[in-house]
Amino acid sequence: MKTSFFAPGAVEIQDDAASFQAAVATATELLVTTGSALPGYVTEVQLALEDLGPYFVVAPGLAIAHAKPSEQVLAPGMALLKLRTPINSGSHNDPVSLVFALCSTDASSHLDMLSEFGELMSRDGVINSLLNASAESVIRQILSSRQV
Amino acid sequence: MLVYAVCGAGIGTSVLLKANAERALSMLGIEAEVQAVSIEDARGTHRMAQVVLATPEIVDQLTGIPAEVIAIQNIFDLAELGEKLKESLG
Repeated sequence: MKTSFFAPGAVEIQDDAASFQAAVATATELLVTTGSALPGYVTEVQLALEDLGPYFVVAPGLAIAHAKPSEQVLAPGMALLKLRTPINSGSHNDPVSLVFALCSTDASSHLDMLSEFGELMSRDGVINSLLNASAESVIRQILSSRQV
Repeated sequence: MLVYAVCGAGIGTSVLLKANAERALSMLGIEAEVQAVSIEDARGTHRMAQVVLATPEIVDQLTGIPAEVIAIQNIFDLAELGEKLKESLG
């Protein structure tokens, strides 16, 4: 995965979160910090979560928070909030400690990024390594590892 | 044969689910077209898929559509996807 998918400032580690909603907000705000989205996108993701429930908790311990492409998105981007103390979301995949955030300007411009991300996450042991990692440098190393 | 991978927005979960469903189907030797769609698309389509894949929260939103709806717990787990697709299509 190209390191540019996770811009400087796009990976953050926190001890804990007040709620799953708060963790999702923090992860989505990282996309605002890195210039991929406007603050309105944070609200859009919260509304999607409110509307559909924690459907984007897609694997044990792992969420990919996102909303539809909108005018609040400036460029395709990804971010990650890692929680040292996992939080319950109400999903069958609880508790969650990896909260990824994703945004895209349209239905296709992020597909290369997402396909590399999916390929990486499907590899044996990658999600577990991320769940066990507690330093940003280690997390970035895992996220940037390519298949040989 | 047509398979839908569904998520709320049609840009994230469904795209990842589609990619892994394609890999699982190819490992099973089953020929199928997989499309990533939003819930609205899955509900409103004229060409209904034979099988619809989604995370459990989304499955609850898809009751009543004329297709077999399969809940996928871990979209990155090719073994789970393969088993469920094989049971349904194999």
